[in-house]
Amino acid sequence: MEKLVKLRIDGREVEVPEGTTILRAAEAAGIEIPHLCYHPELSPAGACRLCLVEVDGRLLTACYHRAEEGMEVHTDTERLRRLRRLTLELILSDHPMDCLTCEKNGSCELQRYAYEFGLEENRFIGPHHARKEAPPREDNPFIRYEPEKCILCGRCVRACDEVQGRGILDFAFRGFSTRVTTAFDKALTETDCELCGQCVAVCPTGALTEKERRFRGREWELREVETVCPFCGCGCRITLHLKGNRIVKVSGGYRGFRLCVKGRFGLSFVHREDRLRAPLIREGDRFREASWDEALEFVAKKIREIKEKYGPDAIAGLASAKCTNEENYLFQKFMRVVIGTNNVDHCARLCHAPTVAGLVQAFGSGAMTNSIDEILDADCILVTGSNTSEAHPIVAQEIRRAVRRGATLIVVDPRRIELAEIARFHLRQRPGTDVAWINGFCHVILREGLWDREFVEERCENFEEFARTVERYTPEYVEEITGIPARLLVEAARAFGKAERGMIFYAMGLTQHTSGTDNVLAIANLAMLTGNVGRRSTGVNPLRGQNNVQGACDMAALPNVLPGYQKLSDPGVREKFERAWGRGIPRKPGLTVVEMFRAAEEGKVKAMVIMGENPMVSDPDIQHVAEALEKLEFLVVIDIFPNETTRYADVILPAASFAEKDGTFTSTERRVQRIRTAFDPPGEAKPDWEILCELSARLGYPMGYKHPREIMDEIASLVPIYGGISYERLEGEGLQWPCPSPDHPGTPFLHKDRFPRGKGRFHPVEYRDPDEYPDEEYPLILTTGRVLYHFHSRTMTGRVKGLQELSPEAYVEVNPVDAERYGIEDGARVRVSSRRGSIEVVARVTARVPQGTVFIPFHFGEAAANRLTNPALDPISKIPEYKVCAVKLEPVSP
Amino acid sequence: MEGKKDLREKVRELLAEQASRSLILLLQRIQDHFGYLPPEGLEEVAKHLKLPVSRVYGVATFYAQFSLSPKGKHLVQVCQGTACHVQGGRAILEALVRELDLRPEEPPKSGISVEVVRCVGCCSLAPVMVVDGVAHGRLTPERAVEIVKELYAADNR
Ligand code: SF4
Ligand code: SF4
Ligand code: SF4
Ligand code: FES
Ligand code: FES
Repeated sequence: MEKLVKLRIDGREVEVPEGTTILRAAEAAGIEIPHLCYHPELSPAGACRLCLVEVDGRLLTACYHRAEEGMEVHTDTERLRRLRRLTLELILSDHPMDCLTCEKNGSCELQRYAYEFGLEENRFIGPHHARKEAPPREDNPFIRYEPEKCILCGRCVRACDEVQGRGILDFAFRGFSTRVTTAFDKALTETDCELCGQCVAVCPTGALTEKERRFRGREWELREVETVCPFCGCGCRITLHLKGNRIVKVSGGYRGFRLCVKGRFGLSFVHREDRLRAPLIREGDRFREASWDEALEFVAKKIREIKEKYGPDAIAGLASAKCTNEENYLFQKFMRVVIGTNNVDHCARLCHAPTVAGLVQAFGSGAMTNSIDEILDADCILVTGSNTSEAHPIVAQEIRRAVRRGATLIVVDPRRIELAEIARFHLRQRPGTDVAWINGFCHVILREGLWDREFVEERCENFEEFARTVERYTPEYVEEITGIPARLLVEAARAFGKAERGMIFYAMGLTQHTSGTDNVLAIANLAMLTGNVGRRSTGVNPLRGQNNVQGACDMAALPNVLPGYQKLSDPGVREKFERAWGRGIPRKPGLTVVEMFRAAEEGKVKAMVIMGENPMVSDPDIQHVAEALEKLEFLVVIDIFPNETTRYADVILPAASFAEKDGTFTSTERRVQRIRTAFDPPGEAKPDWEILCELSARLGYPMGYKHPREIMDEIASLVPIYGGISYERLEGEGLQWPCPSPDHPGTPFLHKDRFPRGKGRFHPVEYRDPDEYPDEEYPLILTTGRVLYHFHSRTMTGRVKGLQELSPEAYVEVNPVDAERYGIEDGARVRVSSRRGSIEVVARVTARVPQGTVFIPFHFGEAAANRLTNPALDPISKIPEYKVCAVKLEPVSP
Repeated sequence: MEGKKDLREKVRELLAEQASRSLILLLQRIQDHFGYLPPEGLEEVAKHLKLPVSRVYGVATFYAQFSLSPKGKHLVQVCQGTACHVQGGRAILEALVRELDLRPEEPPKSGISVEVVRCVGCCSLAPVMVVDGVAHGRLTPERAVEIVKELYAADNR
């Protein structure tokens, strides 16, 4: 139990936990103490002295000093008022009175206090000086700094350091010249700044503002809509600030103010002119606009024809990790009962199918076991196959913060990713050898008796067989396979084994292999062996890439399960759904993404419905995807922009973006959250759920939902893990599934007392070579991944000017040794070829990649890394091997 | 002239010799060696102390004792302390800028660095300018310009 202290503030009695500051204690008593440099999420600085209070005649800064037992605090005496006026007068003597045209007019904290203290005149206005004369700076795409308006409170400095872990900003120069700047006064873009805008979010004045909002609307003219960021699986809750129907700025985020560059500055894509505005029907090589009536009638007719001619299994559908739960639910329902096939899948196949397959076998449920806000309390964190800082920025922030608080970080990744810089151990395995090192960890932990015997005996099964398998994986043997020095492996394994609360994070670097499912099983073994499941700040935490990839899986946009991972093969389950849906459900599992394209190439699949996906960039071996799409008799694509895939469509239907519809997304931590309509879609565009309803009606199965909330009610009635979810309950923070009943508070971490399958099951797994390894002709390993400034196939981020500026084109990272061997210079164009194709990109010579490995981000359609990748599949989860294939490099003569 | 690479090496060597982890001490040591603080030096100190470079830069620009640019052969310190300010110290600075294009805290021109200082302790002589350690008092802007011109002349003789 934490100790409490009792004190009196302005005569009111308050009791707060020991260590609470006076300012917070006052807050708890409902008393506000004026403050400028204090921010609830940052360490106190005691810089502005506005928060002075009186305690026994002494003056103390309330933001800094702690409440003590028996204290008698006065926050609003005549003397304090005088002092505060003086402080403000001094600050203002230095400050331009530009409120007329300042973006912060109406939300500026300095303005607020100046008004409240009635500071009409100023005795101290001095001559002009260096900071006042320093010109505004906007030499980066998103952030504007006006030194003149800076009050040197240091919130931005602390936010950058404490929250973002970057330390880009600090005070420099002295006296009147003092201002906040970067090292050597460089532009933010010339530093390691991530343009997250955390500094902007905490600035109390108009000194740091969003560049793009300038003169676009004053605070009180802006309308606010609470919704969820449409990019990654972190699921930041954001507030859109709109003037009319235009997004002027974005606020909110993790703990109220933390976002990444994409969420804060990357949403302008919704306003782009090239949004799809009307249904389009192909005519020869062209598309012509059509009415909804005509387009839908045409789609319905074609689908009917193809179904009659070739049967329902000749039709396949790709749902979307970008669309809402409600839309994915409808999509699979449409495929299953209107078309009559289980051929429905989505891009999760290409990222986390092994997670679902592996964790269901091991635990009985395939999602991130724990929550983001538990990271801070972990004492050891293992990150593998996840470039967290770029793909899941908020998770990376929390990991950095945990490390600062003393947690041990172990990074296992061939590339020197950003987190590797702060890791205690960075193990660089040869790509594709994960089972070996994970087994090696288990070997060491067993050998040294660091395993959790009690947990294993009580909660797990099949331990002996597993233990026998890892016996062979001695550190020396593992070194042979992985290249990780034996000694390093032992030390890292020890650190993890000894941890009280060990948390494992992984992403596609672990799953996108032909051994993807085995990798996940091995990770589950490691977590169970060390008893790191079922408690706070532990667990197996797959980071889900897209905003709603978790939800799309939950809703069964998958060929082999029904919503909520209920078994297609279970007659009871099928019957429940058949009764609710009023139609039969095919028994045979459907095709997965890669199988669909293969079947299309072979002429077995004749028509496809693609909702919000761009397989022409994101799928492996694009050459074949193109051929498959080419061969289809009919392709209908529902999307918000024309993209590489819509080119092959017969009909394109214009959809609403995340800002133009209601619904829910489920974040990587299983949190179901509401998105809300901010404005109408452009032109004739409509939300995907409406499009699906109308199409379904034309195919003889009217769905009749009037609002997505009704779809959610249906989901809740059929899907136990969503059983207690309704729109009423989703106001605010949302709910983490499983949430089986209307009074259930949701579940921050899974498997507390038991696993869904009963006991956790150890699966002995053996190392197997990747499908393709370097040889004489293709001597290098190619691995692919993401960059911070883009999302997926860039359909959205490629349309945000500032993001494009920051990351304009594809590149290949080459180790200096390899660069020398193949005659490649930094910045030169090179051809990268695999057995399947070749692309030209710019070379970046860097030690971020180890010798023998090259890296290409997969976002860029013009130089699609996926022309090279290998579509060889993991036998269990059918995920393609994106992360390892053999390539060669050649300089391109200019 | 030492190349950038050697410069980093040298800084690392200097740092390795120091037991102290005090930022200011380390900066002093580097400045003693190079006569100023080269950017690579700040970066290496930051790495050495595991501090953000921005913090090191902040400290280096805060203290008057540190200089981020190589000093010229001659150092001209123009006082802007209270007494000198009252007696027209500002006009002296302005004259140097106007007549000779010499600006305070900029890299040296023709071997001359100009610095602003706050009171050099001979207020009775205000306004004061110290040239290579020698104080010149009761200056007029014209006289100040002349003194600096004499430096040029001496160098070219
Ligand atoms: S944008 Fe983010 S990383 Fe850049 S200076 Fe601001 S807080 Fe630091
Ligand atoms: S820029 Fe804003 S947050 Fe940073 S010190 Fe100045 S006023 Fe404070
Ligand atoms: S992209 Fe992810 S981390 Fe960035 S703001 Fe959106 S949800 Fe948050
Ligand atoms: S708020 Fe306490 S000193 Fe600034
Ligand atoms: S003020 Fe210039 S010497 Fe004192």
